[in-house]
Amino acid sequence: MGEPHPHPEHLWRNPEPRRAYDVVIVGAGGHGLATAYYLAKNHGITNVAVLERGWLAGGNMARNTTVIRSNYLWEESAAIYEHSLKLWEGLAAELDYDILFSQRGVLNLIHSLGDMREARRRVYANRLNGIDAEWLSTDEVKAFCPIVNVSPDVRYPVMGATLQRRGGIAKHDYVAWAFARKADEMGVDLIQNCEVTGFDLEGNRVVGVHTNRGLIAAGKVALCAAGHSTVLAEMVGLELPIQSHPLQALVSELLEPVLNCVVMSNAVHVYVSQAHKGELVMGAGIDPYNSYAQRGSPHVIEYQLAAALELFPIFKRVHALRTWAGIVDVAPDASPILGLTPIEHLFINCGWGTGGFKATPGAGWVYAHTIANGQPHALNAAFTLERFSSGALIDEHGAAAVAH
Amino acid sequence: MLIPCPWCGDREDVEFKYGGAAQITYPQDPDTIDDATWARYIFFRPNPKGRMAERWVHSAGCRRWFTLIRDTVTHEITPSADPGGQ
Repeated sequence: MGEPHPHPEHLWRNPEPRRAYDVVIVGAGGHGLATAYYLAKNHGITNVAVLERGWLAGGNMARNTTVIRSNYLWEESAAIYEHSLKLWEGLAAELDYDILFSQRGVLNLIHSLGDMREARRRVYANRLNGIDAEWLSTDEVKAFCPIVNVSPDVRYPVMGATLQRRGGIAKHDYVAWAFARKADEMGVDLIQNCEVTGFDLEGNRVVGVHTNRGLIAAGKVALCAAGHSTVLAEMVGLELPIQSHPLQALVSELLEPVLNCVVMSNAVHVYVSQAHKGELVMGAGIDPYNSYAQRGSPHVIEYQLAAALELFPIFKRVHALRTWAGIVDVAPDASPILGLTPIEHLFINCGWGTGGFKATPGAGWVYAHTIANGQPHALNAAFTLERFSSGALIDEHGAAAVAH
Repeated sequence: MLIPCPWCGDREDVEFKYGGAAQITYPQDPDTIDDATWARYIFFRPNPKGRMAERWVHSAGCRRWFTLIRDTVTHEITPSADPGGQ
């Protein structure tokens, strides 16, 4: 793993905002930082500011469970998530930063015949799309991840699993810092404690943003605000089919290496991996109600732990250290909205819901293309706002693997 | 979170199911409206940061639907003037 990295304070400047930029990105989470990086790197656009209401990568980027995979069902999703996974595979070298990307494999456990049919269909669909996917029998699950309880005596026995060996995890903070450092090096201004309070419009064209640090003129404005997307969009009268919900997660105390892969289970509903440092990281389904509170109801954590203990009796005496929630932006079809808006020069990237982390490099890459060219890349052409009127939805509730 | 059912009183939120935003009405003239209007009805819902009128059903209790006002930042709940309405 090499030498410890320098303190993040020294990885980028903290400049005062200038009065004008070619592109203003709203939200310095993973997606915003990746977008800024690829704008500079791929398109030579460096007169860019990333505005952040709080601190850099302190929202969902700091709160997710870092699962990375690309085994989505439909062609459109498979293409964009696989593009992202391929970027992940070269990211540490590209950003010259060890982001602790670990392709340890992602297991999706199956507990019913209905789930099995859907999962095997997804394996075939993945393979047709050139994505590595395998079906494992119960015995093969046990061999791949020995601590999973495959006993037939439990309430929802493990009937098999899908496996994406190229899936895995990465260290979320390092990912954000690595993108931030490189973007900063190429001239991007990362401006923290700068909250957007409104938009400056000329007719139907956005020409700047009002912030708590003054008016900043912008050739183009790109929203990247996850759970707060509708709050921003409302300021320009733009309606989004997005609902904001808490998504809870927790970590255990630090343990010796005990879990060698990522394990997800839709049916009993938990997903768990062991971070490099040693803590078990677990996530649950979203809390059902709309909320911006970054906390959820205790019973969701209780169900999640019950599921974890059924699958992993070995975790029985483990202590949970912390629980928290992020605010996720859920779209009706569990797919993102990434592209143009009815307002000229205003771009939108939202709706990643419970699965945005894995898309960080891919979303940034296609979003930068979309902003630079004023039109979507082929990879995000289907993820329009208009699909909710046309009916061309991209239903990924199954592959999203988190209950909505 | 304690949720005040208008008919049963305060109960744990685990007894309830969430119904989303209140005051969503079926289109007046479904035969003539265009796709964009249908999309608004089907997919677009209020998502305020602050006070929100919303529907809940006391599914493990009296099984009745009701409306309340909840702040989506503080989770503070205030009764609706018309809990039995839409």
